Amino acid sequence: MDLAFTPEEQKFADDVRAFVRANLPADVRDKVKNGKHLGRDDYMRWQQALGKKGWLVYTWPKKHGGPGFTPAERYIFENICAEEYAPGIIPFGTKMVGPVIYTFGNEEQKAKYLDPIRLSTVWWCQGYSEPGSGSDLASLRTKAEKEGDHYIVNGSKTWNTMGHWADWIFCLVRTDPKAKPQEGISFLLIDMKTPGITVKPIIMADGGHEVNEVFFDNVKVPVANLVGKENEGWTCAKFLLANERLGIAAVPQSKRGVAALKDIARAEQDNGKPLIENQSFAEKIADLEIQVTALEYTELRVLSAMAHGGQPGPEVSGLKIRGSEIQQRLTELTMEAVGEYSAPYLPGLLWQGTNEAPVGPDYAHLAAPRYFNTRKTTIYGGSNEIQKGIISKMVLGL
Amino acid sequence: MDLSLSDEQKQLQEQAERFVRDKYAFDARRKIAATERGWLPENWAQFAELGWLGMSFSEEDGGYGGGPIETMIVMEQFGKGLVLEPFLPTVVLGGGMIARSGSKAQKEALLAPMIEGKKQFALAWLERQSRYNLADVSLKATKEGAGWSLSGHKGVVYNAASADHIIVLARTAGSAREPKGLTLFIVDGKAKGLSRRDYPTQDSLRASELTFDKVSAGADAVLGKVDEGFGIVEDGVDRAIVALCAEATGCMDAINAATLEYIKTRKQFGVPIGKFQVLQHRMVDCFTNAQEARSMTLMASLKIDDKDPVVRAKAASGAKVQIGKSGKFCGQSAVQMHGGMGVTDELSVSHYFKRLTMIDLMFGNQQHHLTRYSNLAMAA
Repeated sequence: MDLAFTPEEQKFADDVRAFVRANLPADVRDKVKNGKHLGRDDYMRWQQALGKKGWLVYTWPKKHGGPGFTPAERYIFENICAEEYAPGIIPFGTKMVGPVIYTFGNEEQKAKYLDPIRLSTVWWCQGYSEPGSGSDLASLRTKAEKEGDHYIVNGSKTWNTMGHWADWIFCLVRTDPKAKPQEGISFLLIDMKTPGITVKPIIMADGGHEVNEVFFDNVKVPVANLVGKENEGWTCAKFLLANERLGIAAVPQSKRGVAALKDIARAEQDNGKPLIENQSFAEKIADLEIQVTALEYTELRVLSAMAHGGQPGPEVSGLKIRGSEIQQRLTELTMEAVGEYSAPYLPGLLWQGTNEAPVGPDYAHLAAPRYFNTRKTTIYGGSNEIQKGIISKMVLGL
Repeated sequence: MDLSLSDEQKQLQEQAERFVRDKYAFDARRKIAATERGWLPENWAQFAELGWLGMSFSEEDGGYGGGPIETMIVMEQFGKGLVLEPFLPTVVLGGGMIARSGSKAQKEALLAPMIEGKKQFALAWLERQSRYNLADVSLKATKEGAGWSLSGHKGVVYNAASADHIIVLARTAGSAREPKGLTLFIVDGKAKGLSRRDYPTQDSLRASELTFDKVSAGADAVLGKVDEGFGIVEDGVDRAIVALCAEATGCMDAINAATLEYIKTRKQFGVPIGKFQVLQHRMVDCFTNAQEARSMTLMASLKIDDKDPVVRAKAASGAKVQIGKSGKFCGQSAVQMHGGMGVTDELSVSHYFKRLTMIDLMFGNQQHHLTRYSNLAMAA
């Protein structure tokens, strides 16, 4: 056991930093640094740069075209990307459907879908939740009925993140309505350009559009787009969810967030002194930093265990719970630091990227919308109540 | 001791409930929020007609002899409907400060028309560096002939765009953050040299950044005495805090009711999600939090007219701490129990949550008032 990086790991860290500095477009970096919203093209430019280097799918093993990073390399890569203000990698292709395809897909599917994910030439989105099926995902009702060499898909999916930018969607669909809920589900890949698909925006509490409802009206999907066996999609679903919950802890982003919060607390005034000198506020930041550290070392333990074989297990749920709570606390403290200057709502600046002059410093108007928006983290990817249920059942045996 | 409402107060409560029911259905509110002004003149005229604008003022000031309990009753209903009309800045803050500290001439010129619904006010106290310290004022007023000249900046001034008069806290003497040497001026909303940058707020109200460039104010524009504005503004803000607490209580009742209804009807795993104990206990905590908030609001409304300023300040700060705590708990819990729907703009839940969040930040958050309360309570 050794905490220090080896000389090889140190060199790797230097290489990653040099690569990010040379390849992350400056305008994208500025947007991330200033908390601005990114467009499809912003993500794509960065992801394609990573793709060329072979690092976009940094969690993939070598045999599937990934770099096969060790846990230490993975940790270094994620942290340096966050420190250098790289945008988060969109997980739907790289961390979700990609691993499902190389684990459960056939050779044609691997040949067709994996390269565009590795290179970020195709944008994927997720079709899991439905209006009536949130926490109880297995109750989903979007149905796919086989007609010759096609499935006919009807139904709707919700909380579909960035589907308005997507080329493809992976969906859980019901192929056997008579079977038990988990046993009649299949995993389908659907081209978003297929006739019969409608994407309807859902406006969030902060006024933004990031998620959608997606409607399927007699959508014809080739049977060849089925991943794994028919009616065995739940296996893919669970595998994907476990992977999703790992990335969701967002430790490097939270570390960056704590650093940004300290900067804000240094800039904000409190009785003629920097707010960071206010003991009670400083202790709140310290408490959060300790929480982040505990989470970081828990994640390192999980990664290290994974390096010695095996997929992430139910203990990953704990990472999601704490990671999401920490992200929320971070936005809460940022808003507390900004105080009444959180009140101005400047949609022009927030969403349309106009030249609307900010009121107060740039970070001020972002504080409240972020706080509102980040309430989603304890809800998505399986609500924290569900995660606790998983831990109590699977880990504690209650 | 009797904590029940009088018959007149019950009538007032029913009247306010009816107004919210008739005029503030969620979609109607959305439309009002989208108007340029952000509130409806016809509603304001109705407030005047119903006597709400004068209910908390004495009869000699042209009011109807009520007090903080009447304000509490109406503000609570406003909270239930997320009412947007600028009652707090105009009536509670502006009207209240003029009634308590204004000259006879000021009351005649300003308070009487306000009660008739013909004048609105805004209080400009905050500056970029102030945080929650009311005395952290750098906008300067300097002598100019018989009057004054004001220069400097004020921020997040609620209702400034609609206000006929803006009450400005300015430094006339003393050093930075010194309470002594602050003076309140009543300035025309369209005064020469006063410029505004207007914007909506997170909770759909309207506020402005104000720049004063040698704005003239006559000697008769001073509210109270020169150099002694701090006590007036501190007292005015404490009273506004108590009214705000009542509004928050209404918000909490509404958001808890919506959440309770949701967990009774939303089914997952074949049962209403309210059957799950983890949600039941959280719902109970929401209910308890709202009860505590209601109790502290009532306590503060009863004590805010006390002769002892320490009693008043402790009442306001104590209630604000409770409101901050309870509002956050109820707001966050409501969103969580609504799941994804709670984070959307579509349901009222996120709008109550936003208002509760902004209420915590107004006039000092939970932490600020905990410190203030602690200093007052340990000194006694």
